[in-house]
Amino acid sequence: MKLQLTLLSGLVLAVVLSAVAVVYSKHQSRKSFVELQALYQQIDELDIEWGRLQLEQSTWSSHGRIEEIARKKLNMTLPKANDILYITDED
Amino acid sequence: MKTNTNKPQFQLRRMVVLAVFMLLVVGLLYRALDMQVINQTFFKQQGDARHLRIVPLTAHRGDIYDRNGEPLAISTPVDSVWANPKELQVGADPAKKLAQILDLNQVQLQNKLNKLSDKEFVYIQRQVSPDTGEQVKSLGLAGVYLQREYKRFYPTGEVTSHVLGFADIDDRGQEGLELAYDDWLRGEPGAKKIMRDRLGQVIDDVERIRPAEPGRPVHLSIDRRIQYLAYRALKSSVKEHKAIAGSAVVLNVHTGEVLAMVNQPSFNANNRSQLRPGVYRNRAVTDVFEPGSTMKPFTIAAALESGKWHPMDNVHTSPGYYSVQGSAIKDMRDYGKINLSEIILKSSNVGISKVALSLEQETQLDMYIRLGFGVDTGSGFPGERNGNLRSQRLSDFERATMAFGYSLSVTPLQLARAYAAIANGGTVYPVSFLRQDGDIQGDTVMSADTARKIRRMMERVVSAEGTAQKAAIANYSVAGKTGTVHKFISGGYADDRYLSVFAGMAPASDPQLVMVVMLDEPRNGEYFGGQVAAPVFSKVMSGALRLLDIQPDNLQYVRRPGNATVTKGKSA
Repeated sequence: MKLQLTLLSGLVLAVVLSAVAVVYSKHQSRKSFVELQALYQQIDELDIEWGRLQLEQSTWSSHGRIEEIARKKLNMTLPKANDILYITDED
Repeated sequence: MKTNTNKPQFQLRRMVVLAVFMLLVVGLLYRALDMQVINQTFFKQQGDARHLRIVPLTAHRGDIYDRNGEPLAISTPVDSVWANPKELQVGADPAKKLAQILDLNQVQLQNKLNKLSDKEFVYIQRQVSPDTGEQVKSLGLAGVYLQREYKRFYPTGEVTSHVLGFADIDDRGQEGLELAYDDWLRGEPGAKKIMRDRLGQVIDDVERIRPAEPGRPVHLSIDRRIQYLAYRALKSSVKEHKAIAGSAVVLNVHTGEVLAMVNQPSFNANNRSQLRPGVYRNRAVTDVFEPGSTMKPFTIAAALESGKWHPMDNVHTSPGYYSVQGSAIKDMRDYGKINLSEIILKSSNVGISKVALSLEQETQLDMYIRLGFGVDTGSGFPGERNGNLRSQRLSDFERATMAFGYSLSVTPLQLARAYAAIANGGTVYPVSFLRQDGDIQGDTVMSADTARKIRRMMERVVSAEGTAQKAAIANYSVAGKTGTVHKFISGGYADDRYLSVFAGMAPASDPQLVMVVMLDEPRNGEYFGGQVAAPVFSKVMSGALRLLDIQPDNLQYVRRPGNATVTKGKSA
């Protein structure tokens, strides 16, 4: 009789504890999920930013634009063949 | 408690009322049991179906980079605005608000929504910037949603359009390498579960069922800088000479990698609204032409490999024409007695025909076949043509015309690959549009000695005595061959329509790059390959050699006092 009572109360306690644990882990999982969502959101925003920056960079660095600026604004020209000096080791 | 014995007892009434209450309770209990236990799955499903939705997650398409990691095609996130007309609230005047933000015609939008009012999905505007998407979202209109998508951008635009091709609005490859490597580039869409409220607005992401699997990036063999040089030079040449079309290909001779491939007319892959059919054809791979005189070095290769001929052996070409089976083969003029080297230098049809007919048919044709004419280059480019090389039952006349590049057809890419074999000492490599990192296996088709002898002959073509002085590059030696081909139109060869071709390599002492330039029907007076195509070669190749830091092999040495040798460049 005594044994049965102990067993019963032990089981009741275990049930209560596991119920609390379920609530706790559910709460944790919600929290993690919210965090995960926020991180996905962040990935998304960073992706957008990355794409924008890549496009911006390739626009600024397009060969046509660089050539135009080099020639017109900076008055640069390709050196003529006899303006180039090649310096080599004597061997 | 005996005072009110006269009062009615209402025993029966009480029983009835109680029984009714009992029945109600039983009924409620049954209903509860029914909903919670017996038909629980059904009701849960129905409930979920009303507020849980599974929506697809668009996967990111892999980016395309050039050999140095510069982006050529990138996918950036955008939003597509769509609506469920059944959920739209007329009072909120959604058409007006949306039209304002999205810059649409309000009346048209309203008509569209009215017409499709019994549908559940209508695109309002696809692929708007994330900022605009945010504005739409902040309107808080019921029944209006955003969908994450990716838009394909081609930063180099026209410069690379034919090689890359393009992907359609749903991110599926349609043309070019976008199509060839679609399986590799394309990601696997994922799915997520969302929760919606009574009005259908998304309240919450419930779970990711499976994440979207992004596509993988591709690193091409193309060098963006050389590609730009080739694009610019070809474009200005096509314009200057009023040509119908043009193609140019630059190959690395040791790996078969395509460093640049351009065509004219071109198109901008970012804006295809005015696309005429055919303009997106990558002519360098999908169009064939008769190579004309650019074929002669390969005939010489067959002759040298046969052992019957040496570069200094003479051929009589007088009187400047040669009759084979009743048909005449003509030279520009009577060259008299010339050797093999001079046949290439002066581009003598009579000379090369006599050389070819002195060989066994198999010896001649085998060389062409092993150089890769008549079969695809292994590039895997969609729509690649094999060209046309007949090797059975040829008449002597056909064989003679093949020797100088008629009666067979090739793509510019095939021609470039065959020239690469002469350039690298006799090996034909499979052509690749992908960056190659390991060792590549090729087929040896001629001895290194034969290849070197032919390069010597072709160096003379670019010298002051040859037909392609305009292909020369300051400080580098160049070897190449011009071709001016009568166009074949219905009924025969046109007298006044030409293809101008130049195929060449540099530096000639140890070639690293080969380039083929072809212009279709130059109509501005000049039409010789040496006048029209050779300058394009020179412009592109000189830039490419400099960009790739390939050492000059043709310098004029000037000694200065001290330990170092100062070398001064000379002009071509």
